[in-house]
Amino acid sequence: MNKMKSFCVKACQAVAGLGLLMFTKLAMAVNDLPGGPAVNQLDFHPAVTKIAEEQAWLHYFTMIICVVIFVGVFGVMFYSILAHRKSKGAKPANFHESTTVEIIWTIVPFIIVIMMALPATKVVVAMKDTSSADLTIKVTGMQWKWGYDYLKGEGEGLGFVSTLDAAQRQMSDAGEPSGDDYLLKVDNPLVVPVDKKVRIITTANDVIHAFAVPSFGIKQDAIPGFVRDTWFRAEKVGDYHGQCQELCGKEHAYMPIHVKVVSQADYTKWVEAQQVAMAAKADDPTKVWELADLTARGEKVYNANCAACHQASGKGAGAVKALDGAAVVLDADKTKEIMVLLNGQNNIMPAWKQLSDTEIAAVITYTKNNWSNKTGQVVQPAEILAARN
Amino acid sequence: MSAVLDHHGDHGHAHDHDHDHGAPHGWRRWLYATNHKDIGTLYLLFSFSMLMVGGVLALAIRAELFQPGLQFVNPQLFNQLTTMHGLIMVFGAIMPAFVGFANWMIPLQIGAADMAFARMNNLSFWLMIPAAITLVSSFFMPGGAPAAGWTLYAPLTLQMGPSMDAGIFAMHILGASSIMGSINIVVTILNMRAPGMTLMKMPLFCWTWLITAYLLIAVMPVLAGAITMTLTDRHFGTSFFNPAGGGDPVMYQHIFWFFGHPEVYIMILPAFGIVSAIIPAFARKRLFGYTSMVYATASIAILSFMVWAHHMFTTGMPVTGQLFFMYATMLIAVPTGVKIFNWIATMWRGSMTFETPMLFAVGFIFVFTMGGFTGLILSVAPVDIQMQDTYYVVAHFHYVLVAGSLYAMFAGVYYWGPKWTGVMYNETRGKIHFWGSLIFFNVTFFPMHFLGLAGMPRRYADYPMQFADFNAIASVGAFGFGLMQVYFFFFVVLPMMRGKGERASAKPWEGAEGLEWEVPSPAPFHTFETPPKLNASATKVIA
Repeated sequence: MNKMKSFCVKACQAVAGLGLLMFTKLAMAVNDLPGGPAVNQLDFHPAVTKIAEEQAWLHYFTMIICVVIFVGVFGVMFYSILAHRKSKGAKPANFHESTTVEIIWTIVPFIIVIMMALPATKVVVAMKDTSSADLTIKVTGMQWKWGYDYLKGEGEGLGFVSTLDAAQRQMSDAGEPSGDDYLLKVDNPLVVPVDKKVRIITTANDVIHAFAVPSFGIKQDAIPGFVRDTWFRAEKVGDYHGQCQELCGKEHAYMPIHVKVVSQADYTKWVEAQQVAMAAKADDPTKVWELADLTARGEKVYNANCAACHQASGKGAGAVKALDGAAVVLDADKTKEIMVLLNGQNNIMPAWKQLSDTEIAAVITYTKNNWSNKTGQVVQPAEILAARN
Repeated sequence: MSAVLDHHGDHGHAHDHDHDHGAPHGWRRWLYATNHKDIGTLYLLFSFSMLMVGGVLALAIRAELFQPGLQFVNPQLFNQLTTMHGLIMVFGAIMPAFVGFANWMIPLQIGAADMAFARMNNLSFWLMIPAAITLVSSFFMPGGAPAAGWTLYAPLTLQMGPSMDAGIFAMHILGASSIMGSINIVVTILNMRAPGMTLMKMPLFCWTWLITAYLLIAVMPVLAGAITMTLTDRHFGTSFFNPAGGGDPVMYQHIFWFFGHPEVYIMILPAFGIVSAIIPAFARKRLFGYTSMVYATASIAILSFMVWAHHMFTTGMPVTGQLFFMYATMLIAVPTGVKIFNWIATMWRGSMTFETPMLFAVGFIFVFTMGGFTGLILSVAPVDIQMQDTYYVVAHFHYVLVAGSLYAMFAGVYYWGPKWTGVMYNETRGKIHFWGSLIFFNVTFFPMHFLGLAGMPRRYADYPMQFADFNAIASVGAFGFGLMQVYFFFFVVLPMMRGKGERASAKPWEGAEGLEWEVPSPAPFHTFETPPKLNASATKVIA
C-alpha cells in the first residue's frame, strides 16, 4: 500500500509541478507549516492519530479501486472510440441486449462496494467510541472564536477563549498576507497531553460551527443547544492546526483552531501555571473584607441563589424557613449558619458548598445585617475556609 | 427566419392549420404562450440568462480567491456570492433548462400535439420571472443578499436580513412552478402518447423525465416546508430550528437533505436521458440494455430517498446511522455503474462519428464518472470526516453538475438545435466550444481535489498562503470556462436563432431514431395534431 501511495503522490506531484511552473511568479514566499497545510499539499495531513492513519489508508484503498476501475472501463471506451469509427469503415453490430452481461455488471460492482464497506465499518465504530477518556474538554463555537473548558481529568476547571491573532485579520483586510501561519495563528492554543485519550465535547453559542483538526482526523459540528462528541489520542508532540468547517457567518474564515500537543510533564507544568493564573484572577479567600463591601456582594449572591425560596423579603414561604429574625441567623456563634450553608438542613435546605468561600461569607454577612437583622457580625472568607476543613 | 424567432410563412402545409388557432404574434406570442415549443424556448433562454448571472457570481468568487488576502469583496459579500451562485445555478439554471428540454422534446418524442395542460405550462414558466427578479434583487436589499449558503442552514438563516424572506418567497414560487411543470410532464407522458408508443418503447429521455417529475412532486413540498418553518422561526416566534427556544438545527438539515439529495438526481436523471439518445445516434447502433436503463433509473430514484444523511456525517450521528447511510450511498454506485456500462456497450462495435453532440456526450460520460467516483470516496464515512465541507466536496459536485448536467445540456442543444431552429450549427465552432470547455473545466476543478485533501474549507473568503497556487490555477480556469460559454452564446446559439447556417434536414443525424426526426426542421408550430400511426418499434410514423 505504501509503495502505491508514494507512487500516486509522485505522479500527482509531477503533473501538478508542470502546471505550477506557470505560476511561480505569483507564488509568495511561504513554507510548509508543520501540523498545518504544506505548500501545494496533494494529500491528507500526515496522520498523528490512529484514526487519521486509518482514514488515509481507507482513502488510498477506495481511490486505488476507483482508479483501477476507471482506467479499465475507459480503456475499453477509448479503444472503442479509436477502433469503431465510421471513418475506419466500422460497420455497426446488431446486438443491443444481454441479460447475462447486465447481471454480471450489477453483481460485480455490488461485491466491490461491499469490499469497500467492510474496512470502513471498523473505522466508523472506532471513531465513535468516546468512552474512557483521560481528559474531557468542552469546545464551544462562538461567532467567531472558540471557547475551551477542561471538564474532567488533569486541568479540570481550566477554561479560556481562543481567537485569531488580530494582526492576521488586518493583513487579510489589507490584502497583504504573510507568514507560514497566516490565518492560523491564535492567542491561546488548546493544550493537551500526548498519548492520552482526549474526548472533545462540542456545542455552540449562536450558530453551527465545526471543530476540525485534519492531522487528528477529527471534524465535529458544534451545534447550539446540543452537545456532540468526538475523540483523539495524539501520538506526537507538536502544533496542529485546523479551521472552522461549517459556514458560521461573516468571519467564518477567521476562527482557526490550534492544538498544542505536549509531553505529560510539560502538560502538568502548563496546568499548574494556568491554575495559578486563574487563582490570581479569582477571589482571594484570605482577603479581609469591610462590612459594607461584603453585604453588597452578599446581596448579589442572595438574589442569585437564595431569593427563589427564602424570598427577597427573607420571610420564607411554606416549608422554607424565614431568615428575617431567625435564631440561627441572629446567633452570636457564626459557625451555626456556616454549617447550614455548607451541609444543608432537613432535606429542604440544600448544601451550597459549590459556592466560593467569598460568596458564602458574603451571603451570610448579608443575612446577618439585612431586614430586621442588625447583628453587626462580619463573616470573613477565611472562616468559611476553616469550616470546610 | 428560424423556428425560434418566427415560425410563420416558412412551412407551407402546417401553416394551413395555424390560423385556426389564431397563433399570436409579437409579445403576445410569448406572454400568452401555450405552445410547448415556444414555452420550451422561453425556458431555455431564461435558464441560459440565469446561467450567465450565476456564472458572473462564480467569477467574482474566483477573482477574490485568485490570491490570498481580501482584494475585491469583504467576507460578508463573499458569503452572499457563494449563496446566490448556488441558488441561482440550481433553481434558476439547471432545473428550468431541463424543463425547457422536456417541453420541447417530450411531445415530439411521444407523438403528442402539445403538453397536457397548456395554460398551466404558461403559468409555470411566467411564475419563474418574478421569482428570479426577487432572488437577484435581494443583492440590493438592506444587508445584502442571503449569506447562509445555498443550503440555508438554521440557525444562521435566523441572523439574516430581510433579503432572506425575499429569498424564501422566491424559492416558494420556484417550487410551485416546478411542481406544476412536473405534473404537466407526468400527465403528458402517461396520457398523451401516440397509439403504439407503449411505455417500454418510449425514448429514455421521456423515461428519465417521468421519474424525475415524480421525484420533484415528492420533494419540492419538503423544501417548501423547511423554508416555511425557517420563515415562521424568523418572524412568528416559533422555534422549529431555533435552539434558543428548544428548536433543533439538525432537524433542519435532515429535512433539507431529504429534499436535497433527490434534488441532486433531479438535476442528473434528465441528463442521462439526453446522453442515452445521443450515444446510439452517433454509434449508429441501438441503445444497449434499454430495459436495464429504465430499471437503473428507477432504482437510483428510489435509493435517492434513503441516503440524505450522508451530507451530515459530521453532525454527530450515532454509529448505526452513519453505517446505514454509508452503505445506502455506496449502493447507488451500482445502478449508476450499470448506466455507464450500457453506454459503453452501445458504443462498442458501433460505427461512430464525433460531431459536437457526441463529443459532449462522451465528455459527459468520462468526466461525470470522475465525479461519480469522488462521490463513492466521499460516501466512506471516515474519509468523509476529513473531506466534509472542504474543496474536495466542491470539486465533486461541480464534476457531476457542470461536467454532468451542463455538458449533457450542451450535447442536447447541439443534437436537437437543428430541429428547433431549422439550421445546423457550425461544426468547427462546436468543437472549439467542446474542447475549450473540457480543458478549462478540468483546470478549474481538478486542483480543488488537492485543496480539499489538504483541508481547505469551502465558503472561505481568504485562506492560508500554502493554498495559493492551486487557487490561482482554478481562478484562471474559471475565467476561461466562463469565456467559452459567452463564445457558445454568440457564435453558436445566436447564429442558429437567427437562422444563419446550413439548412437542416428533417433528420440531420444519420443514426438518429425517434419521432422528433419525423417532423420537418424547424419543427412546425403544430405537430402531431392527429395521432400518428407508428411502426412496431414506435420510432417512425407510417401514416
